[in-house]
Amino acid sequence: MGDTPPRSADAGTGASRVITDHARPAGASARPAEDVPTSRTPGGGALGGGGGLPRRRAFGAERAFRGLTLAAGTAVLVVIVAIAVFLVAKAVPALRANTVSFWTFEGWFPNDPEPRFGIGALAFGTVLSAVLALLVAVPVALGIALYLSHYAPRRLGNALGFLIDLLAAVPSVVFGLWGRDYFSGPVADLSAWLNRYFGWLPLFGGDGPYGASMLLGALVLAIMVLPIITSLSREVFRQTPTANEEAALALGATRWEMIRTAVLPYGRPGVIAAVMLGLGRALGETIALALTLGITFNISFNIIDNGGNTIAANIANAFGEANDTGRGALIASGLMLFAITLIVNITARAIIHRRREFTESAA
Amino acid sequence: MKLQRHGTLACLALTATLALSACGSDNNEPAGASASGPASAAANCATGTLNAQGSSAQKNAMAEWIKKYQQQCQGVTINYEPSGSGAGIQAFIAGTADFAGSDSALKDEEKPKADAKCVGGAAINLPMVIGPVAVAFNVNGVDNLQLKPATLAKIFAGKITKWDDAAIKADNPGAALPATAIQTVHRSDSSGTTDNFTDFLTKTSEADWTFGKAKEWKAPGGTGAKGSDGVASRVKGADGTIGYMEWSFAENSGLKIAKIGNGAGEFAELTAESAGKTIAGAEIVGQGDDLKMKIDYNTKEAGAYPIVLVTYEIVCSKGLAADKLPLVKGFLGYTASTEGQAALTELGYAPLPESVRAKVETAVKNIA
Repeated sequence: MGDTPPRSADAGTGASRVITDHARPAGASARPAEDVPTSRTPGGGALGGGGGLPRRRAFGAERAFRGLTLAAGTAVLVVIVAIAVFLVAKAVPALRANTVSFWTFEGWFPNDPEPRFGIGALAFGTVLSAVLALLVAVPVALGIALYLSHYAPRRLGNALGFLIDLLAAVPSVVFGLWGRDYFSGPVADLSAWLNRYFGWLPLFGGDGPYGASMLLGALVLAIMVLPIITSLSREVFRQTPTANEEAALALGATRWEMIRTAVLPYGRPGVIAAVMLGLGRALGETIALALTLGITFNISFNIIDNGGNTIAANIANAFGEANDTGRGALIASGLMLFAITLIVNITARAIIHRRREFTESAA
Repeated sequence: MKLQRHGTLACLALTATLALSACGSDNNEPAGASASGPASAAANCATGTLNAQGSSAQKNAMAEWIKKYQQQCQGVTINYEPSGSGAGIQAFIAGTADFAGSDSALKDEEKPKADAKCVGGAAINLPMVIGPVAVAFNVNGVDNLQLKPATLAKIFAGKITKWDDAAIKADNPGAALPATAIQTVHRSDSSGTTDNFTDFLTKTSEADWTFGKAKEWKAPGGTGAKGSDGVASRVKGADGTIGYMEWSFAENSGLKIAKIGNGAGEFAELTAESAGKTIAGAEIVGQGDDLKMKIDYNTKEAGAYPIVLVTYEIVCSKGLAADKLPLVKGFLGYTASTEGQAALTELGYAPLPESVRAKVETAVKNIA
């Protein structure tokens, strides 16, 4: 990659007679049949030798393609900036009209004559539900992935993998309705049990009613992110070099030890990327949470009492009947969700980066 | 975003499938209907396409009317998108909807903008669909429940927390009420149903309901559920629950519905007739063909069920595009006809009482 600029710079100075063959990457020479014979100039071989530059015409395509990619890259930036400007322009008037603190007020009434809305409880609920979902989903997903890649018979592994991928194709509204109509009963029973024996923990305190709680939302969410994390991790684990695995086994490692010493360290970056992707889905999930959560606006670590709310679920609930200020307020909350996702991702990447330095220096 | 789009797609697919299957089951019907001449002559047919949107409370009514009208008239396409009252009015003002469905009449600040779309006329509110709001409950061992508005307000405000509270016992003499905790269920999405229900509580029991009226639920406590189907599902799923919802959802879920105390001091059962009585007694506050209504929730009418929601069609009295005018008149004329209103009863709506219906029909005829 690094040598591209000097080459195109040479092209600009007008190196006109060069061999066309060199315009192609080395790998392409395996298909000489595509070359048009007349394009080879007789003297070309002598002039260019082995390291000659492509002809000017070829550089035309080179430059055009470069321009195209540049345009594509710029377009993305322009679109993103345009969206950001639009969102901020819509959000600012609503935030100005807000008569209470956007950060601390617990409630969402932007359509009132005196708009009052706050993001605190929503942001808290968003992060809490996503974290809970990952706490449940990641261990299970890694277990499934390892079983599929290293324990299951090949055929069974393929079939199960296919089923898991199928789970990813189920629309979130189906998960939401299932959670609301069928799963809330068992979760209510589980909540009552947790409350009875572990009620001294703030997480499981309170006195009901149970069912439409953060726990239900997080469990449904966990099922939804499961296939993403499983699929990606499985692919990563499968790519562990056989040499590493066999070396570990040859040194007398059991299968579990082999997985611990060869597969997991090799797959770590991929697994973390998979978890990040799952986290992205969990943070942004809308309809499943709008259907399952009990929708209250408060900051509480109690996960079994009816309640809980997230930014995305609130947008789904409030958008239909919102007026101008209401829409502006929802857009502002969307910007917050964007910021939260960004912060979480950056933090995660920073952690991975530090960890990688540790593991690399240790190795 | 992407996932949400998947959800939407799924919804669309689901709706499409349902719509298709709905058509499928009725396919034998139109042959019979068109064979009998008078039925098709009853509707004032025109051709073309209408785009309307707004209140989701009248979604089912609209779907039924559109189906029946299209069966009777060839070459008609009517689209109604249940995007919410606010969105419907926005679309009407923006000119993308030929008429809008709304849970509330045009507000003072919306009126001038809407009037501006109607050259030489004004935007008028036509009451078209009556949606009674049912208070459904699920309490083990209790089949009948009577609640005065004040008791209802105390329950939803969280002031009464047990089913065997003295206030509930006073409303239900002789009934065996368990000591179960009351679990109230309310709408988590902003909706006209909540707006009407809280309006009812505000007007009838000011002392016990201090949270005012709004499309969003403002009282603390309780459990939120998305949509009337969500509330119905939540009430059905747990013991000791009580919630308000559109009537059809309570009926379809087989929930028990409470009798509500009216201004005459009696407990009224929810029927199409008892809900119609409240509307018949309502005052029309609009000018001319604008039939904006003011419902008296304290109605003294004997046997009237007081919690009713009137949804309007908002349409231009003049200034409609020439190609749209006949179809708007034809379709709204059909919906305001006796036949059109009668089609609603099975869907959990109440038909307009004759006195109001006649006025709406005249107003539609006056559209030019």
